Amino acid sequence: MREILELLEKDSTLGHDTLATMTGRSVAEVTAQVEEWERAGVIRRYKAVVDWEKVDGDSGEVTAFIDVAVTPARGVGFDDVAERIARFDEVLSCYLVSGGHDLRCTVVGPNIRAVSDFVSRKLSTIDRVQATATHFVLKTHKRDGDSFSDPEPDHRLPVTP
Amino acid sequence: MKPLNDTIRATPPSGIRRFFDIAAEMEDVISLGVGEPDFVTPWRIREAGIYALEHGYTTYTSNAGLPELRQLICADLRKRYSASYAWDSECLITTGVSEGLDLALRVVLNPGDEVIVPEPCYVAYEPCVAFAGGTPVRVPTRAEDGFAVDPAVVAAAVTPRTKAILIGSPANPTGAVQPRSALEGLVRVAQQHDLYLLSDEIYDRLTYDGVHTSLGALPGARERTVVLGGFSKAQAMTGWRVGWICAPQTIAELCVRVHQYTMLCAPHVSQLAAVEALKEADGDVEEMVADYDRRRRVFVKGLREIGLDCPEPGGAFYAFPSIRSSGLDSETFAERLLEAESVAVVPGNVFGPSGEGHVRCSYATALPLLEEALVRMGRFLRSR
Repeated sequence: MREILELLEKDSTLGHDTLATMTGRSVAEVTAQVEEWERAGVIRRYKAVVDWEKVDGDSGEVTAFIDVAVTPARGVGFDDVAERIARFDEVLSCYLVSGGHDLRCTVVGPNIRAVSDFVSRKLSTIDRVQATATHFVLKTHKRDGDSFSDPEPDHRLPVTP
Repeated sequence: MKPLNDTIRATPPSGIRRFFDIAAEMEDVISLGVGEPDFVTPWRIREAGIYALEHGYTTYTSNAGLPELRQLICADLRKRYSASYAWDSECLITTGVSEGLDLALRVVLNPGDEVIVPEPCYVAYEPCVAFAGGTPVRVPTRAEDGFAVDPAVVAAAVTPRTKAILIGSPANPTGAVQPRSALEGLVRVAQQHDLYLLSDEIYDRLTYDGVHTSLGALPGARERTVVLGGFSKAQAMTGWRVGWICAPQTIAELCVRVHQYTMLCAPHVSQLAAVEALKEADGDVEEMVADYDRRRRVFVKGLREIGLDCPEPGGAFYAFPSIRSSGLDSETFAERLLEAESVAVVPGNVFGPSGEGHVRCSYATALPLLEEALVRMGRFLRSR
């Protein structure tokens, strides 16, 4: 059954009938399982991988990775600050990490100015945030396993032995 | 001018070639005629090749090939099939199975020796036998039997001149995997008549229902069997041209002798990439095999739904459906399908007379294209 999850994670448009054929199961079995995963929150939702650069060109959203140093507090460690940061819609991801900083966040905004404002006005001013380091993304080559370069052309001859 | 070589002149060009020429000129063709993976070589292997080039591994290697690669191949065969070959005396690296087959046939055959070739089979088998001075003797296999070889039919074809049996499993073009019992039967025939067994196992890891049986690892087979394998299919390395022969020392030694004068060695960079493939790329291979298997299920089911009988292909990446329900012969079917719906398949008769009434469809093609091909083939069949 794990195979079905892996397949859906790569291509959520695969129909239950195709999934059933691919994995040698009945359609009813696949449907029941997928619905169960949806109910249980194993499958959280289905979405598309969009290359916004193709849509917006240079005028699109900007993304930044922001490292945040935080003073931990007794009883909660970094959790309360992390939670507080993660709640902003601008924050796409937020991880507690090892290394020079404590949290690594991905933040998006309509332009550099907006992200800078978010860092200076919102992030930095949270209690116990000591320092931030902002790295703006200049170009996306690969995101979550999806390459954003042009696919490699098929060099095969049309008919071969 | 004096006439050129009689044997070569008498060998017709591959029947596949004609379809290539037509398909290459058309636009919007979905080609199911491709006999190689649609995956590019996994990046870690390509990267190892680049590293090898950067660091100047551009020289010859020893004739038999890099020791490390031979050690890895023999260890892999031991692990996978409990086959036991000494890397330093019973294994050599070739430029693909194609060269391996040529070497093995040249070493085994004397002029006029006969080689029994169950068909339908890979297009090179019979010409290579002829080029090596032998005479190919076809024996038929049947779709009803899943193209399994009948050892009794093979035994009936044995004459005093018979020297060897040449078989590929999993097979191009049928996708058939020979049942263990059929292979054991072949070993018995070979023992009884003192024949060599040449086993093309290039598709060994593309076996979907059960485990591949390596012919050389069957009881009684080793001393008379040449196993041919390579990296083209499972590791998606067709263009690197790297394969291997494993055989008893007496045969392997003579294969190296021909190889050292004709090929010298397989490309150094390709051998280093193959080392990486065996050391690090098992996961990539497993992923590709799982993907072929899923496409196989979808494609074979689709063929049956549009009304084509299709023997279950247990290996490789070919389906070999019967097109008899169309009322056409294989060549006409393939030609008209290409004309009407721009789908290229290979007529089964080019792989031997038992392939007549079938077409070879490669499912080493992206799933959406396979699905579109099925729609077009269905429309073509209904229009008849």
